Amino acid sequence: MKKILLGLAAAGIGTMLAFGTANAAEEAHNPAEPTHFPIKEPAEVNWSFAGPFGHYDKQQLQRGLKIYKEVCSACHSMHLVAFRSLEELGYTEAQVKAFAAEYEVQDGPNAEGEMFTRKALPSDYFPSPFPNAQAAAAANNGAAPPDFSLIAKARAVERGFPRFVFDIATQYQEGGPDYIHALLTGFGETPPEGMQIPEGTHYNPYFISAKSLAMAPPLQDGQVTYDDGSPQTLSQYSQDISAFLMWAAEPHLEERKKTGFRVMVFLVLFAGLVYVAKRRIWADVEH
Amino acid sequence: MSGGHSSYTPSTGIEKWIDARLPLPRLVYDSFVAYPVPRNLNYAYAFGGILAIMLVSQILTGVVLAMHYAADTGLAFNSVEKIMRDVNSGWLLRYLHSNGASMFFLAVYVHIFRGLYYGSYKAPRELLWILGVIILLLMMATAFMGYVLPWGQMSFWGATVITGFFTAFPIIGDPIQQLLLGGFAVDNPTLNRFYSLHYLLPFMIAGVVVLHVWALHVSGQTNPTGIEVKSKTDTVAFTPYATVKDAFGLVLFLILFAYFVFYLPNFMGHPDNYIQADSLKTPAHIVPEWYFLPFYAMLRAITFNIGPINSKLGGVLTMFGSIAILFIVPWLDTSKVRSAVYRPWYKLFFWLFIANAIMLGWLGSRPAEGLYTLFSQFGTAYYFGFFIVIMPLLGLIETPRRLPNSITEAVLAKTKSGGQLAGVAAAPETRA
Repeated sequence: MKKILLGLAAAGIGTMLAFGTANAAEEAHNPAEPTHFPIKEPAEVNWSFAGPFGHYDKQQLQRGLKIYKEVCSACHSMHLVAFRSLEELGYTEAQVKAFAAEYEVQDGPNAEGEMFTRKALPSDYFPSPFPNAQAAAAANNGAAPPDFSLIAKARAVERGFPRFVFDIATQYQEGGPDYIHALLTGFGETPPEGMQIPEGTHYNPYFISAKSLAMAPPLQDGQVTYDDGSPQTLSQYSQDISAFLMWAAEPHLEERKKTGFRVMVFLVLFAGLVYVAKRRIWADVEH
Repeated sequence: MSGGHSSYTPSTGIEKWIDARLPLPRLVYDSFVAYPVPRNLNYAYAFGGILAIMLVSQILTGVVLAMHYAADTGLAFNSVEKIMRDVNSGWLLRYLHSNGASMFFLAVYVHIFRGLYYGSYKAPRELLWILGVIILLLMMATAFMGYVLPWGQMSFWGATVITGFFTAFPIIGDPIQQLLLGGFAVDNPTLNRFYSLHYLLPFMIAGVVVLHVWALHVSGQTNPTGIEVKSKTDTVAFTPYATVKDAFGLVLFLILFAYFVFYLPNFMGHPDNYIQADSLKTPAHIVPEWYFLPFYAMLRAITFNIGPINSKLGGVLTMFGSIAILFIVPWLDTSKVRSAVYRPWYKLFFWLFIANAIMLGWLGSRPAEGLYTLFSQFGTAYYFGFFIVIMPLLGLIETPRRLPNSITEAVLAKTKSGGQLAGVAAAPETRA
């Protein structure tokens, strides 16, 4: 066993050296004409839902919902999230019903064969701001704003070697919210000298697939009014909406981590028992 | 069971009645209770059992997922999200299934490397090894088609790239690709046939596993010394000895599995697969799942034409060849000694092979440019060189270490001298 471990360690060091050389070779590039995106890596935010005992901060999710409703939902749909699931944010059934009723959805056909609009019910999903992707693209300079239901899991900046190995131990799974937070706070920087920014786009060194994006900076200090006394700053807004989007993408995260803890405790105890049994059984056999 | 005589004695009336009509209890008893296994098996030998459990786990979770899944390009993506959000414990089932595939491959690679290290493929176990390679091929096909089903961006573009390989073959290439796709591009017919085959293949795997275990029980297990079982003292009964040891290995493996399912469920996936498939938007980098990356690296390493074979066909042949070569491994190895424990040079090249495989895996995830391509070419050369050059030559020129006369002798020598020496790792195992 020791030899196997030594062998593995040697194999690991050899591979790392090879990786290091390959990485270094890739580095040299012109800052005005970057070829790899994002230009800057997102900072790691201290999320309440990170780690083995992570849980959503319901106040924060409620603030995030407010931002989504007042700002993002003008362009971004969230068609996989149903109003009923908002109860998980700490709202009562009646509050959810009232919240849904603020939206209009199309229903039908009725008995006369006509489509009609009605107030949304908790069983309805968030209505989309545009009737279809083409309309969304046409209204937004040709780039349809992405749906928000899964965005926090659909975006993550590559971690690279060797960090992705350490991520196994630290349980880092927050690449999505970190990216959203970095993008929202990353507008307003001056592009490096000589860089051409296409007309109608906005430079953001944190954007994952280019140097600039079609979306204008969506959030500013003081834009959304909080009634729980939280600071009304861009930084706070960005964290709140990122946390909310993480919940939208992974609503069962808390349940998953809680179940996981029980499963791990069981498995570790069970492993101990099986090990003791194994030692007893093999006690009379040299092996 | 080697030798074929049974030690099962039915004691009660009902057992005798069944045994005279369908001796299934006898088969189970002879195969999983009385079956003799070498006494010196280490935990690397637990992965066969682990793989059996993983197959069962994948089938069970898969059958339930299939009850909620809709194989239609317009519905598939959202039906998976419905499972994640609204089906009771659906998130758990899906994460078990998707991470289970990764764990299945992790276990099968350890299992294969163990076979290569201890020379498990050598006579009389050639068919056992070949059946294993067939299982690996079936697993790869199953996993690839399963990855298409959620109909995310990587599903779609992965399917486009991989089915595109077949067009590299002259004349038959295009018809094969169209047969796989059910059309000229990845679309609804593709999704439907992949779903059907993804449901079928695991049962074919189960069938080949039965043959694999049958062949194993005819020749008996190898062991770390590579010496065949010679006397009764070399073996212990499968139950309770191997059962409890395998069970401990399995529980440790399940801890790793659970760690990923509950704490890092998307670690081994690709973020792009949470974006619904879009045939008009190609992702920046199309990468397969991690367990295909070494093969993908070898595919892309062939950037040059070889005579009449262009680089595309060359790459595809290299990739298929990297699996096909495993079929003839039993005849490539010329050494009379089975286990790497007694083969100092083979041991060195084996560990280099492992390092090389890991390096190829990493290179497969990089864009195919610059130094990465060069490294991939070296890696590919070593991969094939290991089988075609090193294996046959080493057997002829290497001087192996002295072999013990029997498993029992090796075990007793180890516990006597190794009690203090190599003892650090073995300490918990020595008698108190």
